Amino acid sequence: MKRRSFVQASLALGSASALGSMVGCANTGNIPSKARVVVIGGGYGGATTAKYVRMLSNYQIDVVLIEPQSAFVSCPISNLVIGGSKTMADITTPYDKLSGKHGVQMVRDYVTGVDAAQKTVTLASGPRIRYDKLVMSPGIDLMFNSIEGLKEANTSGQILQAWKAGPETANLRKQLEAMPDGGVFAISIPEAPYRCPPGPYERASQVAHYFKQHKPKSKVLILDANQDVTSKGPLFKKFWADNYKGILEYVPQHKVVAVDAKTSTLKFDVQNDVKANVLNVLPTMRAGSIAVESNLANVNARWCGVHYQTFESTQAKDIHVIGDSIMIAPLMPKSGHMANSHGKVTAAAIVVQLSDMPVNPEPFLSNTCYSFVNDKLVVHVASVHQYDAKDKTYKTVPGSGGVSTAPNELEGVYAWNWAQNIWADTLL
Amino acid sequence: MAKQSKTFLRLAGVLSLMAGVVSSAYAQQSADTLNQRATAAMCANCHGTEGRTVEGSAIPALVGMPKDYMLLQMKAFKDGSRPATVMHQIAKGLTDAQVNTIANYYANTKR
Repeated sequence: MKRRSFVQASLALGSASALGSMVGCANTGNIPSKARVVVIGGGYGGATTAKYVRMLSNYQIDVVLIEPQSAFVSCPISNLVIGGSKTMADITTPYDKLSGKHGVQMVRDYVTGVDAAQKTVTLASGPRIRYDKLVMSPGIDLMFNSIEGLKEANTSGQILQAWKAGPETANLRKQLEAMPDGGVFAISIPEAPYRCPPGPYERASQVAHYFKQHKPKSKVLILDANQDVTSKGPLFKKFWADNYKGILEYVPQHKVVAVDAKTSTLKFDVQNDVKANVLNVLPTMRAGSIAVESNLANVNARWCGVHYQTFESTQAKDIHVIGDSIMIAPLMPKSGHMANSHGKVTAAAIVVQLSDMPVNPEPFLSNTCYSFVNDKLVVHVASVHQYDAKDKTYKTVPGSGGVSTAPNELEGVYAWNWAQNIWADTLL
Repeated sequence: MAKQSKTFLRLAGVLSLMAGVVSSAYAQQSADTLNQRATAAMCANCHGTEGRTVEGSAIPALVGMPKDYMLLQMKAFKDGSRPATVMHQIAKGLTDAQVNTIANYYANTKR
């Protein structure tokens, strides 16, 4: 009770925030003793939550962010690195402002275990951290074992995913640069839901653009396990027909079941094998492994059910799950923008709950997702998701949202500005 | 740092006594303020934290924007009289109360 009263009193005296807020940034191993909110994962969801819990509590609630990477590497825009018009530096942002400016205590480590009863997390390096509220934002786990031979081929670096932006993003670019003109790049797409619905089609477009400029005899092959293009379908298909005819081929209903790295071959459940010079195989996805191992993935053993008003797990009290790991509400995409939105609703819910105040009865979420079809032209999809208290889920508002009328350069400018602004909103 | 924390906790104890006599009306008021700030933050994904965009952004900053102006623009996005790439689609998803909250927040936030 004392703790809750304290947080409430702190909020009343916003000007007093300087008293205890900027406790400084802990280095790895310096585990704070009075952590209140612990966040697992420094992506769009987790970093946003960490920053906004600090801001919305007027810097009165301690936040520990546990993230193994030294810097944030954005998945959005990473397809432009593969296409060659952006660099890894363009999509990388350091974490230092979260600690230096916002007082988030950064711990560079993995979480190996969560004890929901004791309310502690255990780090790979050994120590335990107590929490009052835990936020899980571990992103996705790529289920390599769902495709025979893929795990070994990925470990050896022969067949990349590059779906978690990072070293594989740069390496896939290198594979494309090394490929002789006249070669084939094949990307395979798992059945939905997966992270970033339009992402594979944007990536294929980027590679086609690169081939058209630099390797005009080469081909892009999209092998999609789905019935049809899962996002912005008419826009992508028209652009492909108008601009990448003879370069890009789209094939639906092709589900990869095995790979042979030696012969660079994809095997399907029904159709004949396909060989390509560069393979980019995206396996089935599920909630990030720490969420699965913590028994939070209670929907089909893949996704984490949450109470949408607060994003608290339906499985464990005081654990909130956000971002790509959750079982989505209808028409809710697994996107970075959406994870950032989850993070804000969750941060607000956590601050009021820790202060014994009422939760916002009408939260809403927005999503805007831009796809580059070449180095300049962009198409978007946007949506607004209002919380429906009666049905306890988010619903898109009839008449709202939509897509671009056609690829256009103005949205290319906005897309790059969107990226810079959301990186700042998440991390700076 | 440890010393500072102890002082802080002692102060927190005093504050918690003070909070005990504050009525729940205060809690409601604070929750409203906080939730309004969180509602406005839903714009920040594109328009920057507290409406401050990065330097050189073509997406406009919202911080300090006069309330009447923002209400008019949101209405124009909604009814289609102001053409847009994305905002007409977003505006149609927001309730009048949410638009009012957002316009209030940014008008009252200093540049």
